[in-house]
Amino acid sequence: MGIGLKKKDVLLALIILCVIGFTVLIRTYIGGAGANRVVIKVNGAIQGVYSLAEDREIEINEGTNILKIKNGEADMVEADCPDQLCVNQKPVSLDHESLICLPNRVVVEVESKEESEYDAVTN
Amino acid sequence: MKSKVAYFGVFTSLALIFSYVETLIPVNFGIPGVKIGLANLIIVTALYKMRLPDVFLLSVVRVVLSGFIFGNYFSIIYSLAGGILSLAVMAFLKRAGGFSVTGVSIAGGTFHNIGQLLVAMLVVETFSVIYYVPVLLAAGMLTGFVIGVTANEILKRLTAVK
Repeated sequence: MGIGLKKKDVLLALIILCVIGFTVLIRTYIGGAGANRVVIKVNGAIQGVYSLAEDREIEINEGTNILKIKNGEADMVEADCPDQLCVNQKPVSLDHESLICLPNRVVVEVESKEESEYDAVTN
Repeated sequence: MKSKVAYFGVFTSLALIFSYVETLIPVNFGIPGVKIGLANLIIVTALYKMRLPDVFLLSVVRVVLSGFIFGNYFSIIYSLAGGILSLAVMAFLKRAGGFSVTGVSIAGGTFHNIGQLLVAMLVVETFSVIYYVPVLLAAGMLTGFVIGVTANEILKRLTAVK
């Protein structure tokens, strides 16, 4: 059986691969080291900022979600939503990584101190 | 297509069955939203067998029904955004010509994920989801490829349906 790829198919695949490569570059360039805290947002409003250096458990949104910080990583350990996507997700620790619980509109974002000050200025 | 209603029913039920089979496969790639998208196999096949408005309707009916049965209110919105964008891009490439079934399906797979990502960005009001773009694109490309090759083989054997 032949897959029957045509010239345009290959071109399309190459374009997508280029976009992937480009976004990975942006990601590693902007993200990476220097991340040391998580920002918890509910409905886009900041609920709290916590250091990743300190092991602790945080109740978000009056207990709909529970976030655990351990060994410099943040992990969602409990959520009352049916899909449990954020709970199944791997722990985050790199700059700009995030845990998102869509049904409860909870966003947990990793960020570095320096950059958020920069954001505050540009905003 | 002679008995349009009958074929529409068959395609709809097939898409629903594939959605069900998908819920039985415990895939967790550590990234939310990454799925094989088995039901898209039916959509891609239908794209080459039915008129575009019918495929569009099929896609919407499939998303809404499978959302009510296996998912929730949120999964319907995401799947709808992904499904409609993916179908639009696939229909465009098919009409543009020069693409094989596999190529059209690869584009469909990637844009399905892009559509869902856009809705996610709107709902949670954050741009940080953009950091999942590389993973989602790669996943969409891979699943699109698998679906495309399979759909190609199905279409070769489905000559009786016209």
